Amino acid sequence: MSNKIQYQYEPDNLIKSEPNKFKEADLKSEEFVINLGPQHPSTHGVLRLEVLTEGETIKDVVPHLGYLHRCFEKHAESLPYNQIIPYVDRMDYLAAMNSEHAYAMGVERMLGIEDKIPKRVEFIRVLVAELNRIASHFVAVGTYAMDIGAFTPFFWMIRDREHILRMLEWVCGARMLYNYIWVGGLFYDLPVGFEERCRELVAYLSPKIDELESLVINNKIFVERTANVGVLPLDLAINYGVTGPMLRGSGLKYDLRKVDSYSVYPELDFNIPVGEGKMGQVGDCWDRTDVRVREIRESLKIISQCLDQLMGDHKRTREFDPQALVPKKIRPAKQDLYVRAENPKGELGYFFRADGRSDIPFRCKARSCCFVNLSVISEISKGAMMADLIAIFGSIDIVLGEVDR
Amino acid sequence: MNISEIRELINKAIPQAVIGEDEKSSPKALIIEPGFLKDVCKLLFSNEKTYFDMLSCITGIDNGVEINTMEVAYNLYSIPFDVHLMLKVELPREQPQIDSVTEIWKTADWQEREAYDLLGIDFIGHPDLRRILLPADWEGHPLKKDYKHQKYYRGIKVEY
Repeated sequence: MSNKIQYQYEPDNLIKSEPNKFKEADLKSEEFVINLGPQHPSTHGVLRLEVLTEGETIKDVVPHLGYLHRCFEKHAESLPYNQIIPYVDRMDYLAAMNSEHAYAMGVERMLGIEDKIPKRVEFIRVLVAELNRIASHFVAVGTYAMDIGAFTPFFWMIRDREHILRMLEWVCGARMLYNYIWVGGLFYDLPVGFEERCRELVAYLSPKIDELESLVINNKIFVERTANVGVLPLDLAINYGVTGPMLRGSGLKYDLRKVDSYSVYPELDFNIPVGEGKMGQVGDCWDRTDVRVREIRESLKIISQCLDQLMGDHKRTREFDPQALVPKKIRPAKQDLYVRAENPKGELGYFFRADGRSDIPFRCKARSCCFVNLSVISEISKGAMMADLIAIFGSIDIVLGEVDR
Repeated sequence: MNISEIRELINKAIPQAVIGEDEKSSPKALIIEPGFLKDVCKLLFSNEKTYFDMLSCITGIDNGVEINTMEVAYNLYSIPFDVHLMLKVELPREQPQIDSVTEIWKTADWQEREAYDLLGIDFIGHPDLRRILLPADWEGHPLKKDYKHQKYYRGIKVEY
């Protein structure tokens, strides 16, 4: 170890590496640039927002990203397909199961083994993915309530999320970054007794959602704070490629679980909640949050149906081996493939290019839903009050790990 | 609408635009002459038979020094008709340039910035082509196959 100071500090290093878009000299007389972040609790990570204001009114918002860039795509170009899965976990670390599910599905489609996956494996995949979706929505709603001043919901949500994380830890040994869904199968079967405990969890969670609705969603302060704020019209949402609860909040019944009907989702019965503008206009912050909460109920429904299947037709047997179809060598034929799946935050896509000669992808791009959803922020916060910016920003529900990859 | 109908539709309006088809890729891809890309996109976006209202993904690909080309793949999706389409353009590696489609889909703004940042592809007509993920004073474009990172960044050794 040398005592040499590594980082050469200069006062304007930050601004040199991430220059503001609006220069001081170009501002008009009443305009003012406010810097928000990168270390700000309500940015949910490291994100810098450069806000151009005129008095209290926002004229433009310029997000500066990349503080959490970990070169996922560069790493993916030097790793075999199965070894990329842990990196996939670390993109959207609040919903790692969902990202794994999409990734595994893509590679299986390239190998042509997508239809051969045993039903029990698929039901377990959907079960853990939906558990993780609930956990992700709990964080989304909890932190959002905290962002706009309510502290209790955050603790309640984190408490309930903890039960889910414990369950997932029981399944695979990790709390957040699972590496559980493998290409062609699963790391391991569900532990003995998991199905029964999971039933208890569903019974425990259902009344908690009612509590959540009365505590946050129908709370007068919350409604006043979010209704008619940050309205995202449907045509603009589609033009910006916005997906997930944000798009559904704007009133379009569009859920890839139904549209693409991948995995075993067509066999399951669930609804797609959409924003109706109950408290204000369609597509405001309240609608987006309401859609998330109603989605938790649908996920609980899916989980119970999966449990029925896993304890009924697709019961555990001594012979069942979830790794039976896991290929020893993953070498897809030469092709380009785009695969997409519904993550808690939107459409997660992977673009693969396989060269047919190696078990390392030639190119693997992740189409991140948070990245695309965030790009709409400047559009929907123009003309809003400075105090509403956090309310608008929080309702987008981003995870910086996935924005920056 | 299937791919041959889409191809016919483009051929009728812009005869030289489609130069090939990639059957193996999923969704099926049309290879477009780079100069006509924006017109093709405009046509596919506004024609009421195709109506590709969603641009899901823009991927830049470097094919390496030997092949000496770069590619950009556009994944389009039409919500009302539930149709997927991939468009691909091939660009020279020394000076990769392509028209920006930001005017048609605003989501292209950030996705093109990302492709510029990581691969150095120049999108002509983009309103605000800056780096997005890497620092503004970073050297080189990391997803190029012959990329060599700089030795030091502000006194920090880059190699780990």
